[in-house]
Amino acid sequence: METLLTPAFVTALLFGAVTAGVPLLLAGLGEQVSEKAGVLNIGIEGMMLAGAYAGFVAAYYSGSFLAGFVAGGLGGAGVAALMALFCVRLGMNQIVIGIALTLGAEGLTALLHHFQFSRSYPRLDAAPALALPGLAEIPIVGPALFSHHWLVYLAVLLVPLLAWVFRRTHLGLNLEAAGQMPAALDAAGIGVLATRTFAVLATGFLAGMGGAYMANVGAGLFVPFMTGGAGFMGIVLAMLARGRPSWVLVGSIVFGLSLSLTTAFQVAGVNVPTDVVQMLPFLMVMLMLVLFARHSGLPPALGLPYVRGSR
Amino acid sequence: MSRVAAGVLRTLIPIALALGAGALVLLALGADPIDYYAFVLRRGLLTWSGLQETITKLAPLLLISAGLIVAFRAGIWNLGVDGQFLLAAVVTAALGPALVGAIGRYPTLIVCALAGAAVGAAWSLLPAILKARYGLNEIITTLMMSFLGTSLANVLIKLPFKDPATTVPQTETLLVPDRLPRLFDSTIHAGVVLAVIVILLVHLLMTRTAFGLRLQVVGANPRAAVHAGLNVGRLTIATFALSAGLAGLGGAVEILGVWGTVRADWNPKFGLLAIPLVFLARFNGIAVIGFVFFFAVLLIGGESASRRMGVPTFFILVLVGLLLVFLALVEYLDHRRRERTKS
Repeated sequence: METLLTPAFVTALLFGAVTAGVPLLLAGLGEQVSEKAGVLNIGIEGMMLAGAYAGFVAAYYSGSFLAGFVAGGLGGAGVAALMALFCVRLGMNQIVIGIALTLGAEGLTALLHHFQFSRSYPRLDAAPALALPGLAEIPIVGPALFSHHWLVYLAVLLVPLLAWVFRRTHLGLNLEAAGQMPAALDAAGIGVLATRTFAVLATGFLAGMGGAYMANVGAGLFVPFMTGGAGFMGIVLAMLARGRPSWVLVGSIVFGLSLSLTTAFQVAGVNVPTDVVQMLPFLMVMLMLVLFARHSGLPPALGLPYVRGSR
Repeated sequence: MSRVAAGVLRTLIPIALALGAGALVLLALGADPIDYYAFVLRRGLLTWSGLQETITKLAPLLLISAGLIVAFRAGIWNLGVDGQFLLAAVVTAALGPALVGAIGRYPTLIVCALAGAAVGAAWSLLPAILKARYGLNEIITTLMMSFLGTSLANVLIKLPFKDPATTVPQTETLLVPDRLPRLFDSTIHAGVVLAVIVILLVHLLMTRTAFGLRLQVVGANPRAAVHAGLNVGRLTIATFALSAGLAGLGGAVEILGVWGTVRADWNPKFGLLAIPLVFLARFNGIAVIGFVFFFAVLLIGGESASRRMGVPTFFILVLVGLLLVFLALVEYLDHRRRERTKS
C-alpha cells in the first residue's frame, strides 16, 4: 500500500475523482430541480446517455468542445421534453415513462453508434485544461483540482447559484411550491405545469451536459451504455441532499472518489478483477442510503401528476 | 363496445403503434422494416429450431414476469431483477457440478432451483428492510443492488467459482445429461413446464387467496392497509422475497435447462424488458403468457436478424421503450375517454 500512496498516485486519484464526480454533480443538481418541483425523473439515465451521444457527435464533427456541451445539453433536454409532455402535461405514470425513456435512449444511441462509428471508433483529442493561476501551482492538490476543463468550474459554481435560486428567487419558491403544494401555486396564479415543465427541461439540459462531459472529456469517445448507472446515482444524490445543492456537491465528491479508485487501482496494477472495484461506488451508495435512510427527504407531491381541481 | 373488445384493443393498439414506430426507426437506419419483421417472424416462430428456442426462452421470462406481477400488484417496484437473476444463476452453476457427483441428478436439480430462489430473495432483503422500516424508495435501492449484484456475479465467476480448466473465465459446466430433462425429441426443457405452472399458481395466489388480497390492499392503499390492521412491513418484505425469489428461480432454471455454466459478463438483462409485458397483461398471470411468447419470438428472431441482417439487438431495447410509451399513452387516452363519458 505504501508504494500506492505516492504524490503522483494521489494527484491522479483526485484528478480522476473530479472527472468522475462532475457528471454526477450535474445529474444530481438536475434531478434536484425536478424533484423539488415534484417530478421523479427516472429517465435521467437516458437523458445523460442522449447527452453523451449528441455531445460526442457535435464535438467530433465541429471540433469544438463548447458545441459538444451545448449539443449534449440539448440532447438531454430533448429526451426531457418527452418526459415533460407525457408526465407533466398528460400526467402519465412517471416511473413507466422514465424506464421507457432510459431503455429507448440506451437502444437508440447504441444503434446509432453501431451504424456510424462501430468500425472506426473515433476519439477526440484531449480536452484543453484551464489551470487556475496560483491555485494550480500548489503541489499535489493543484494539478489535481485546479487544472480542469472550464465546465468543471462552471459546474461547481452552479452549486451556490442554485442555492441562491432556491432560497432567494421567485423561481425557486415556485419550484418548491410545485412539489410541496401544487394547488397553492395554482391558486397564486402561477402555472404548475409550466413550472414543472421548466424544471424537467432544466434537468435534461444539466444531465445531458453531464453526459457530454463524460464522453468528451472523461473518455474522449462514445461507448454504448457508457453512463453505467451515473444517472441513477444522481437520483440518489438528490434524495440524500434534501433540496440542498451543497450536499449534492459533497455526495458527488464521495461517489466520484470511489469511481476514481476503480480506475486508480487498475492503473496502479493492483491485482484484483476490475469487477471488485466496480462494486465500490454502488457499495458506497448503499452504505450512504443505509446510514442516512431516515434522513432522506422527498417532497409530498413527488411522483403525482397535477390535475387542476382534483383532490 | 364490449368490455372484452375494449381490452383487446387496449393491448393490441400499443403493440401495433410500437411496431409501426419501430419500422420508422429501421427505415431511418437504412434497413427495410418489412424484411426485418418478416425475418424475425420466420426465425422466431415459423422454423422448428426457432420455435424451440422461443419456447425455451419462455422459462426465464415467465418466472421473471411472475415475480414482477407479485411486486407490482403489491405496489412495489422491483427493478433489481437483473442482479437477483444473475447471482442466482452463478450460485446454481457453482453448486450444480459440485453436487451432482455426490447426490445424483434429480436431487441436484431440486437443490439448485431452491438455492437459486433463496439467493434471489436474499439479494432483495436490504431494499425490503429499507422500504419497510424507513419508507426508502425501492426503485433506487433495487437498481443499485442490481448493479452491485451484476458485478458481484462476475467476481464470483472470476475468483471462487472459476473453472480452472478454461481460459475464458466461467464456472464449471453441468453436463447435458445432468441438466433438466428435455421434452420428447425437442431441445425444450422441463423448466418451461415448471414456469407455466408457477405463473398459474402465482396468478391464483394473487387473485384467489387471502394473502394475495392482503398484498393487493397494501398495493392499492398502504395507509388503508395499516388501518385494516395489516402488518405492512412484514407484507412488504414477503413481497420482495417472493418477487426476487421467482427471479432467482428464473436464473437457476435458465442455467439448469440451457447453459449449464455462466461465463463472465453474461447478462441477458431481462429485468426491465419484461416490465411492458406485465403491464400489457394488466398483472394477469394467464394473459402474460401470450405477451411473453410474443416477446420471445422478437428476442429469438431479433438475435438471428442481428447476425444475418446487420440490425443489432439494441433495436429490441428501442421497441420495448416505444411499447412502454404507447402503452401509457393508450391507457391515458382510455382513462380520459371514460372520465368524459362519466361527466
